[in-house]
Amino acid sequence: MTRIDALRAVYDRLDGCAVVTIMGAVAAELQSIGHRPNFFYLQHAMGLASSVGLGIALSKPSLPVVVFDGDGSVLMNLGGLTTLARYRPSNLLHVVFDNESLLSVGGFPTATGTCTRLAEVAAAAGVPRTACANTIDEFVKEFSAAQDARELTTLVAKVDAIGPAALVTDLGLLENRFQFQRYLHTR
Amino acid sequence: MPVSAVNSQVVFDALKASGVRLMSALPETWLVHLIRLADDDPDVTLVRLAKEEEGVGISMGAHLAGVKSAMLMQNHGFLASINGIVSGAQLFRVPLLMLISDRGGFGERDPWQTEGGAVTEAVLNALRIPIMRLDNPSRVEHQIRQAQALASSSNKPVALLLTRDLMWEES
Repeated sequence: MTRIDALRAVYDRLDGCAVVTIMGAVAAELQSIGHRPNFFYLQHAMGLASSVGLGIALSKPSLPVVVFDGDGSVLMNLGGLTTLARYRPSNLLHVVFDNESLLSVGGFPTATGTCTRLAEVAAAAGVPRTACANTIDEFVKEFSAAQDARELTTLVAKVDAIGPAALVTDLGLLENRFQFQRYLHTR
Repeated sequence: MPVSAVNSQVVFDALKASGVRLMSALPETWLVHLIRLADDDPDVTLVRLAKEEEGVGISMGAHLAGVKSAMLMQNHGFLASINGIVSGAQLFRVPLLMLISDRGGFGERDPWQTEGGAVTEAVLNALRIPIMRLDNPSRVEHQIRQAQALASSSNKPVALLLTRDLMWEES
């Protein structure tokens, strides 16, 4: 499964959700499918995408929030999983694209490629729903089930370690940030 | 414990009066009363963190969603948060109201606090984060209101240093 195919497969299900992505390939690929005002790309601050999602989810409990995280980012903020679990906002869906590498910065292998299983880490942290997906069909099924469940879910999707040729897009960081804030104010 | 309950209440009331409705925190001695007050107040969402840098992301999300927040942390927690502050809040122009207990200065008896105390203000200055020291309870409400105003108008982090004179009652 490639990450961009997984993103394409659930793109229509992001309507009406606040979407937060990590930097690099995830941000560039989602933009290549089509940017929308409800998408915010946290282009840096590695590890904090799930924390930003938690802040939104706690502040707007009726707004569905989807975070597209990555294995390298989650590994930088494993403690954040315990905070997510502690407050377990029912409106937060935490997707982790696990390509077993820090692809956007050169492909350095992460611990998920050798031994660490992030869905089990999340479950042990106390996240009430966790799931894994290895194919597009599994991913769509688990993503939809998580949205319907209305319970904090960490969904780990194993994806190929390939990404776009370029990571910089023509969407300015601040343009995206203020557009996203205005979107949230309408919700 | 000689942490000032009275002045902790003053700080908490001032935060609420300035519109703060979400507080992130990691415990340290000087913050115990403040955290308990936040936990007991139904109008305030308290988020207990595993590490202070998470609080930067949570405050960013809260701000984008229209909720005013504050971060309660020790100066070592601030030091542990720097990448989030720089590559999150500053890069994306998001205000942060950081209340930092300024341990390790004159009067400090814990040896392990002293290095952090020696560098906190210098690091804040290097990050160009405006600083106010809270040392007089009669001025706290005014100072917190002013800090909130600057954070909002500049869309940038500001730091309020909780001092030994304010937080600690031992002479």
